[in-house]
Amino acid sequence: MLRVEGISKDWKEFRLRGISFDVGEGEHFIILGPSGAGKTVLLEIIAGIIEPDAGKIVLSGEDITYFPPERRGLAYIPQNYALFPNMSVFDNIAFGLKLRGVPRSEIERKVRETAGILGIDHLLRRKPKTLSGGESQRVAIARALVIEPPLILLDEPFANLDVQTRAKLLGEMKRWKRELGFTALHVTHSFEEAVSLGDRVGVMLDGRLVQVGPVRDVFSRPASEEVARFLGFENIIEGTAEGRVLRSNGVEIELPAETMGRVRVGLRPEDIILSLEPIRSSARNEFKAIVESVEELGPLVRVHLRIGGLNLRAFITRSSMLEMGITKGKELYVGFKASALHVF
Amino acid sequence: MRRDYTLYFFASIGSFLVVYIALPLMVILTKQMSDWGMLVKTLHDPYVIEALRNSLLTATATALIALLFGVPLGYVLARKDFPGKSLVQALVDVPIVIPHSVVGIMLLVTYSTYILDSYKGIIAAMLFVSAPFTINASRDGFLAVDEKIEAVARTLGASRLRVFFSVSLPIAFPSVASGAIMTWARAISEVGAILIVAYYPKTAQVLVMEYFNNYGLKASRPISVILIAISLTIFVLLRWLVGRTENASR
Repeated sequence: MLRVEGISKDWKEFRLRGISFDVGEGEHFIILGPSGAGKTVLLEIIAGIIEPDAGKIVLSGEDITYFPPERRGLAYIPQNYALFPNMSVFDNIAFGLKLRGVPRSEIERKVRETAGILGIDHLLRRKPKTLSGGESQRVAIARALVIEPPLILLDEPFANLDVQTRAKLLGEMKRWKRELGFTALHVTHSFEEAVSLGDRVGVMLDGRLVQVGPVRDVFSRPASEEVARFLGFENIIEGTAEGRVLRSNGVEIELPAETMGRVRVGLRPEDIILSLEPIRSSARNEFKAIVESVEELGPLVRVHLRIGGLNLRAFITRSSMLEMGITKGKELYVGFKASALHVF
Repeated sequence: MRRDYTLYFFASIGSFLVVYIALPLMVILTKQMSDWGMLVKTLHDPYVIEALRNSLLTATATALIALLFGVPLGYVLARKDFPGKSLVQALVDVPIVIPHSVVGIMLLVTYSTYILDSYKGIIAAMLFVSAPFTINASRDGFLAVDEKIEAVARTLGASRLRVFFSVSLPIAFPSVASGAIMTWARAISEVGAILIVAYYPKTAQVLVMEYFNNYGLKASRPISVILIAISLTIFVLLRWLVGRTENASR
């Protein structure tokens, strides 16, 4: 339905390079990337606020690259929601309908219906300045959805909310999607949003879209080392593979499949098991390691380990750390399944 | 708790200016109160009434003209970068630097008989010295309007012009309006340029000067007091109205 072809743009400190992807009808497409990757610039190009240097945007078969925003019919929800402060919540939501010349009674009905689904029908008389973050976000979504756009563009919709409100709204978003059936292009840096809302995801790094695919595929099979690193494969091991064995800095690691030559494998820190004694388990890889340092991250602890010439990072809970007496210089055993390794 | 002596100290220094401004106002008003008869007499002088009317009408016309041309200019300055923008910006502030008698000479040299001794001349002089307030206030008002808000309004189907009238201008209104009020206030307090360009039709400001030159301090006082009273009342009233709409939109 929306097709983006080879979009490039130099804008302030952002450099978008040859971005191509498409969004299908009814799909929730997530563009996932760290801040500064140029995600907002990409959304604003699609919305028509910024003109691209090169590339094409096609909506339902029509080339809209050089259409002004008001002719595209896409609804854009920026990160700060950008509610109209001079209008009541009702008038905010009704704005797009009024411009379309919808009759008064119809506007009234549609606004109330959408507000009802989003749970903001009691706020219609209020001014935006009096709303909480979560309420503002609902109003912004209502204002976008009430005109029934072919596609809504969401820029970090949950970034400015506190943890509880975010969790609640994430859940509700799925319900709204079922009830209103919209197509969304959603830009975020949050894996949680990508995993819980996304049908497909595109990973954007440094202005390039480096991998596009179904959420599960992208997370379980990152296409490159940089995607893997971004998605949380903190351990990237480089070495020479011979069949199912990888040799790296004098350590032999068993691989999930046969390969040859120089390869890199990724391993998530939460997939590493630490123990004080060697254990008999189904994990095919077990090594003796020395704790180099311990990094406390709240309930979790990141343990930096050295196995011969190899450095690994593992996550354990704080209570395990205390129970096992893990401190700098401690010797212990490191285990992980061959299947936890991801070969790039 | 320790007292914050720095603030008290600064307040006592700063209050000098407050007193300095307030004192002449109080003195001229109280002095005139003791000469009530003269004030009433002045108020019935058709010559004075005519001059007051001229002042108020020309100042109001000036403010409206400044709005008509200054608001679009302020919007462009706030939204668009273009070559020579800083030059335009500097030019807008020029009237503040030039002595007002010189402004009068400049206007007369340029537009000569077209504006000499006419309402057009009064308004021309007022506009030259007071328009920067409306332009700058509009620009600042529009700069404070989040561009994302305008972007969203456009994606919802509004043209640029529509966005301007339904979103940008209403949000910037308090700023634009206070700029216009400052323009009005600056216009009604202008003498120097008017004196040169349009001594007639006589405005109250010029009349005060004429009375002072011809009959002395005491004669010029009642009109001064009336002018103060009218200007201040309108100024305060307008500011209050703008402040109210500003609060209402918050």
